[in-house]
Amino acid sequence: MSKVRVLVGTRKGAFILTSDGKRENWEVSGPHFAGWEMYHLKGSPVDPNRIYASQSSGWSGQVIQRSSDGGKTWETPGGGVTTGPGGFPQGESNKFAYDASPDSGKPLTTHQWYDGTQHPWEFKRVWHLEPSLTDPDTVYAGVEDAALFRSTNGGQTWDELSGLRGHGTGPKWQPGAGGMCLHTIILDPSNAGRIYIAISAAGAFRSDDGGKSWKPINRGLRSQFIPDPDAEVGHCVHHVAMNPKRPNVLFMQKHWDVMRSDDAGDSWHEVSGNLPTDFGFVVDIHAHEPETVYVVPIKSDSEHYVHEGKLRVFRSRSGGNEWEPLTKGLPQSNCYVNVLRDAMAVDSLDKCGVYFGTTGGQVYASADAGDSWNPIVRDLPAVLSVEVQTLP
Amino acid sequence: MIRVQLPQHLRTLAKVQGEVQLEVEGPVTQRSVLDALEASYPMLKGTIRDHVTQQRRAFMRFFACEEDLSLESPDSPLPDAVVNGKEPFLVIGAIAGG
Repeated sequence: MSKVRVLVGTRKGAFILTSDGKRENWEVSGPHFAGWEMYHLKGSPVDPNRIYASQSSGWSGQVIQRSSDGGKTWETPGGGVTTGPGGFPQGESNKFAYDASPDSGKPLTTHQWYDGTQHPWEFKRVWHLEPSLTDPDTVYAGVEDAALFRSTNGGQTWDELSGLRGHGTGPKWQPGAGGMCLHTIILDPSNAGRIYIAISAAGAFRSDDGGKSWKPINRGLRSQFIPDPDAEVGHCVHHVAMNPKRPNVLFMQKHWDVMRSDDAGDSWHEVSGNLPTDFGFVVDIHAHEPETVYVVPIKSDSEHYVHEGKLRVFRSRSGGNEWEPLTKGLPQSNCYVNVLRDAMAVDSLDKCGVYFGTTGGQVYASADAGDSWNPIVRDLPAVLSVEVQTLP
Repeated sequence: MIRVQLPQHLRTLAKVQGEVQLEVEGPVTQRSVLDALEASYPMLKGTIRDHVTQQRRAFMRFFACEEDLSLESPDSPLPDAVVNGKEPFLVIGAIAGG
């Protein structure tokens, strides 16, 4: 019988929730890395027991953790005692150095700061880890200040794909409220060279050559908080989702507006429709129905909690515009949590499971595509990310 | 033998309990102690001082013998009591956030 494993990153550690295919009874493991901010954990689609985790703290910076047994034990790749030339340790798993080498032609330039002045690029943390679709030792990392890194040796060493940061519009990128983060990485299963990423607040970008070169894909986005609302870059994209079975169709939760692209991001149109508010962070797509989309509307960008004190997931079965609230099992009064951008995921069981975590520490699961919900856990630290693995 | 006390999170990361004891060759300075620490515990690279600049991370502080050494040069000699092992070299996370 199939199983599911839910990987939860929180402000104070990571938790692993497991259940059989019924998704009724859950085992909770954790906290792993207690006390550390766990921005994201994700398993390799090639080897599900290979899990990568981003561990960070404001005091001690960034650490990468790796498990090869489904999260039972962890190691810092490259963190063992090995001595390199000159007697210095080789442990480098937590080293993310921007590529400023003359050969790459991508000098470490500046980006726009909150006050409009230019500010140097400074590494802060890894927001998102995206394991390769074909190689368990290859993994991509989206970082703050925004850049894309790749490891091909299981997280031991990291190299920046500097064509993104250096492609020319960097001085126009600026941090959102959470920092200038590269938070979304999508690998196209039908096109090995195609990668989508998104940055808050710069926009979405696409590479068609495996990450060497990039182009902004923001045509159709409108953002009132930037001088030119239709600018090529500068948009605060919160999250992008793709159904692997239909890789040219993308859904986006922008700061405000839910957007859709039917041409791999070349153009976008708004599908917010009848949502009570189109501000939000998460967006995800049913595993088997590419036109079924989920969002969680948030009241506004100054009140980062759900609308009217009701925790409601909105589902569209028509690819957007027409949305229905899903409320069964979710609190419908006095609820003031947020659902952050990487905190929703779907499994691939026959009846698609949908999962999301809140800043109030609840992780909710639906085993019936959103018709009803149950909390797996209620009192974790604030949830930063949720990923799901469907296991044989 | 140089004694080093790490904050709890870094003890967990390095999988050690209590103090760390290190052999340091040559002059005993912040830099030589941290070099020796990272040689024995590579997972700590980047957590106390920046990978690239080698500067102390902003919220990490260095104390010894009831003195704050955080702003001393990394190449200044550490106190004799640290050198002869009577006192530990303390790596402390700055108190912030209540």
